[in-house]
Amino acid sequence: MEIKLTVNGVTRSDEVEPRLLLIHYLRESLNLRAANIGCDTTSCGACTVLLDGESVKSCTVLAVQANGRSVTTAEGLVADDGTMSVVQQAFRENHGLQCGFCTPGMVMASTSLLAENPHPSEQQVREGLEGNFCRCTGYHNIVRSVLAAAEKLSGAAPSAGSASTDASEVTA
Amino acid sequence: MSILGTRVLRTEDPGFLSRGAIYTEDVQDERLVGACYLHFVRSTVAHAKISGIDTSAAREAEGVIAVYTGSDLAAAGLAPAKPPMPNMNQAMLAPLLAIDVVRFVGEPVAVVVTEEMYQGEDAIELVDVDYDPLPAVVDMNDALSGAKGLLFPEAGTNVVCTFGDAAASNPDLFAGCEVVVSEIIQNRRVAAAPMESRSAAASWGEDGRLTAWIPNQGAQGTKGAIMGLLGLEPEKVRIITPDVGGAFGAKFGADAEHAITCWIAGDLARPTRWSETRMENLLVMPHGRAQQHKITIGGMKDGTVLAYRIEILQDSGAYPKFGAFLPSLTILMTPGPYRIPRAESWSTSVVTNTTPVGAYRGAGRPEAAAAIDRAMDLFADAAGVDPAEVRRKNLLPKFTEPHTTAFGAKYDSGDYVTALEKALDAADYPGLLAEQTRRRAAGDTLQLGIGLSSYVEITGPGGEAGGPNENGTVEVHPDGTATVLTGTSPHGQGHQTVWAMLVSEELGIPIEKITVKWGDTDLIPKGGGTGGSRSLQLGGAAVQQASRELLDVARERAAATLEAAPADLEYDVETSTFSVKGDPDVSVPLTSLAESERLFVRSVFTAPGPTFPFGTHVAVVEVDTDTGKVFFRRIITVDDAGTIMNPLLAEGQRHGGIAQGAAQAFLEEVVYDEDGNPLTATFADYPFLSATEVPSFELVDMETPTSYNPLGAKGIGEAGSIGATPAVQNAVIDAVSHLGVTHIDMPTSSQRVWRAIRAASSSAANGTKEA
Amino acid sequence: MIPAAFDYEVADSPAHAISLLAEHGEDAKLLAGGHSLLPMMKVRLAQPAVLVDIARVTELSGIRLDGDEVVIGATTRHAEVVGSSLLRAEVPILAYAAAQVGDPQIRHRGTIGGSLAHADPSADLPMTLLALGGAVEITGPSGARVVGVDDFFVGPFESALAPDELLTAVRVPRGGSVRWGYQKFVRRANDWAIVGVAVYDGRVALASMGGTPLRASATEQALRSGASIEEAAALAADGTSPGYDLHADADYRAHLARVLTRRALEGKTG
Repeated sequence: MEIKLTVNGVTRSDEVEPRLLLIHYLRESLNLRAANIGCDTTSCGACTVLLDGESVKSCTVLAVQANGRSVTTAEGLVADDGTMSVVQQAFRENHGLQCGFCTPGMVMASTSLLAENPHPSEQQVREGLEGNFCRCTGYHNIVRSVLAAAEKLSGAAPSAGSASTDASEVTA
Repeated sequence: MSILGTRVLRTEDPGFLSRGAIYTEDVQDERLVGACYLHFVRSTVAHAKISGIDTSAAREAEGVIAVYTGSDLAAAGLAPAKPPMPNMNQAMLAPLLAIDVVRFVGEPVAVVVTEEMYQGEDAIELVDVDYDPLPAVVDMNDALSGAKGLLFPEAGTNVVCTFGDAAASNPDLFAGCEVVVSEIIQNRRVAAAPMESRSAAASWGEDGRLTAWIPNQGAQGTKGAIMGLLGLEPEKVRIITPDVGGAFGAKFGADAEHAITCWIAGDLARPTRWSETRMENLLVMPHGRAQQHKITIGGMKDGTVLAYRIEILQDSGAYPKFGAFLPSLTILMTPGPYRIPRAESWSTSVVTNTTPVGAYRGAGRPEAAAAIDRAMDLFADAAGVDPAEVRRKNLLPKFTEPHTTAFGAKYDSGDYVTALEKALDAADYPGLLAEQTRRRAAGDTLQLGIGLSSYVEITGPGGEAGGPNENGTVEVHPDGTATVLTGTSPHGQGHQTVWAMLVSEELGIPIEKITVKWGDTDLIPKGGGTGGSRSLQLGGAAVQQASRELLDVARERAAATLEAAPADLEYDVETSTFSVKGDPDVSVPLTSLAESERLFVRSVFTAPGPTFPFGTHVAVVEVDTDTGKVFFRRIITVDDAGTIMNPLLAEGQRHGGIAQGAAQAFLEEVVYDEDGNPLTATFADYPFLSATEVPSFELVDMETPTSYNPLGAKGIGEAGSIGATPAVQNAVIDAVSHLGVTHIDMPTSSQRVWRAIRAASSSAANGTKEA
Repeated sequence: MIPAAFDYEVADSPAHAISLLAEHGEDAKLLAGGHSLLPMMKVRLAQPAVLVDIARVTELSGIRLDGDEVVIGATTRHAEVVGSSLLRAEVPILAYAAAQVGDPQIRHRGTIGGSLAHADPSADLPMTLLALGGAVEITGPSGARVVGVDDFFVGPFESALAPDELLTAVRVPRGGSVRWGYQKFVRRANDWAIVGVAVYDGRVALASMGGTPLRASATEQALRSGASIEEAAALAADGTSPGYDLHADADYRAHLARVLTRRALEGKTG
């Protein structure tokens, strides 16, 4: 089947078999190898990318499901002049990565999290990243990185008060 | 202004963050163009004879190039692997692919080679293997007794090897003790589960040489393993280590699948690629721990410990690997940081129809620490003395000259009591006790538990003749850059940054201009890799030493250039320039001394022995006494690994170790049913720690330098995982000890905690006290 | 890790989806978010020959009021349900339950219709719908029907949906001030419930206590007879058949059901 989609701002058109997973389309067909495959049960989040701006596990999305959509990967967060995004910078400054395998997925999940909830508490960050596994860092510096990014982002542009999709605001 | 000891950001990170690191699966190389893909057919039963393998349908499937079975490999002359150490039962051979018998679920039985990646999973479904099930020996106690049969009839036993001597046990070890407590405890099997699973890529050149890309913990060790498994001469093999997505002890050497990937590339004269799925990884990558301990501890009612015995049973899994050897390290660290007048330990390693066991962060030492610290708490409880006081009373006092234990471990430097006091102080131990008392009095559902662990561990051991050592090469180029070659093999630890810091400190070259290389056996034929927390104290020391020796060489050249005596020159690190003392205008920059002749030095640093970092962890948990659920709330740690080169990275190592250690205590375990079927073979079933289960960690700094290397550094990579496990386990038990609970095996799942509470209350109702 | 090969069709309307299902028969499965189906296909527990993608059928998505009910389109994503101010005001237990499903990435893709059709006895939304006493709108070759939740979950991973039918919407009662409570006991975040309890008014629904989400009928009956929360909760496991697995034995599950029911009846979430 032919698919047409935007990946990191570039329009792509490719012939793919229906069962091609989006993660493989990105890695093998487009050579965008930052996102990694870490599991086979939609658990670990190493494959996380943005689909129409929302974090998804690209191992559980078919490339054909992304037809007509836009995909952003970690590579796409980097500006043309090589400047990394605020979230990526924060991960660097706070030692939020060691082996780096979970990192692109963690960055994409964090980017999506902050877009939906610009002022998360530490607990909300941890819950927001429960779909992203890390073995190296113990999560401590990852949480620091996301909170630092939140502070930087909200300092730069005051929050428009976007509705949070956070369940903790729903109380019995 | 020294760069050492400062929080330098990693030079690895911009690449890792913007395009991703380049792991084996990512490697693109002209030698791998046109690679075919390997997928393995694996045993679905724990123990069975193979009565037939039908590969005909698979051979016909779309895109299938070849199918190989164990018989094919044997016919091609590939011999089974022997156990890695001479004292292991040498009849327990491990074929690369199973031939007549399978011994664990997941054991590779056949391999299918396809043109395209996706075709492989289709094709392996078409391979038909007939199994005649044999009784599965799953519990290590059954393996020891032989009650359920032997895995290797030709071996005549399920025992792989023993360490220590049970026959030499002193029957009067506990004579004179007012209090004696004994318990059988489990140090349960866990999965290493690095985020990057295993993979390999291989290509044979027209020159008849194999080049293989394999994620590992030391290219040189992997080369040796591939040579051994395939019977290849050294000049024929080149191993390249791409970026590695975590290892934790489970990526040493080479596994059957790596070797088969290499061999098939030669047999088909075509490059090959292989990547396992996470399920394969959880089934087949060597597991960690899997020890059973019978611990006995005795002493006086005032809290003084007089005697301790630990009898170790090690589950090696189906084929003896490094796991069978681990108890020797456990025995070495038997008394931990404590002064115990009489102590003994011995071990037996057995095979079972489960995944083979290997090294996992700490490798034998966490087991020792978990045992002695559980024993300390059992003793404290029985003697009615506060656990902190028991530790205070029994810790070895501070020493600056090496102290050799009765088990032959030569601790280089230690100040265990200070570590304990610092941790207790930072945790506000009295405040925690007061809160616990308040909740107990109020009968709160959510009870508080405080757990301690004081540990010491061995890092940087060397099996090499002449003592633990590592090599480092530093070269300065005329353009002002420098290259470092190291025999270490980082997989997240940041050697690229820290080795550059060490060189920069000596030579003044900025770290951005220093390239660090490792993991290519053509470039660096010798090296000990990264494991046992050896890298900084040996590899970093080697790089520092090479830098200093390079300056000596440069000084001679500068002296010749400036027509001065070498002793009359001084080197200014700020400007990287030699000048005549008192005459700064007469100078020559370091880089120009590399112009007419290469300026490099290869140096080997040898340490007098391994070093012994130490610390104390205080863990705080809450336990919901209605459901048994454990909430891991806080952990306060002192991890003293001597002088710290880069605190940012050292903290990261502590964090990661703490998380893994804690996870083993309250969450993670590998589970088999009684037939040897794995129940935790996916990330959905294996309770892998996520961000919501752990708090942020509270680290307290303490540095007691070692004299064993000029850096003053000991190893820090495994310390966190050694201290956290007993601290968290002790905390959980402490939370419900007022209900009569004295022990809960790890991991302290909610069901285990609930059962322990019920058992304690029912025996209290019956008027008996559970041991 | 890779599904077996299949053909892929995109439906542009509910009628189109129905006709595709009729054309391909039992070989076809519907695909919305795919986060129940694709994981099964990747480990080859499911191998449909045809996937009919309904994610782009706009009629099937959306949240609206309809009298004293709220109607949620089948392909509405969990994240939308969580973030819906309408649902938070009118059916807060549903917004809360949707936030317990998986993790943020899963919630961006998974749909309420998909989750209900998957009929996992351990899942959040089937249990919640049972507590709400809601209903499901279904369309098939012979037209549309409404199935009350008490008749919808038939067995483990088996619902009243026929293979040629399409779940189009979910109906739940409005009740912004109705007492509710929710308990999901897990070993680790992101897991399915070892035991789950959803309480809405006088209805008590349990997850992981049998082959389908179950009503704790004895508890409900006791409450109606004026028993205290504690007394009623003690009966929560009556009539249930909890299984055992690596996380919990049957007796532990029964115990958890009682404890968690009491907490949910007290209006607590956790």
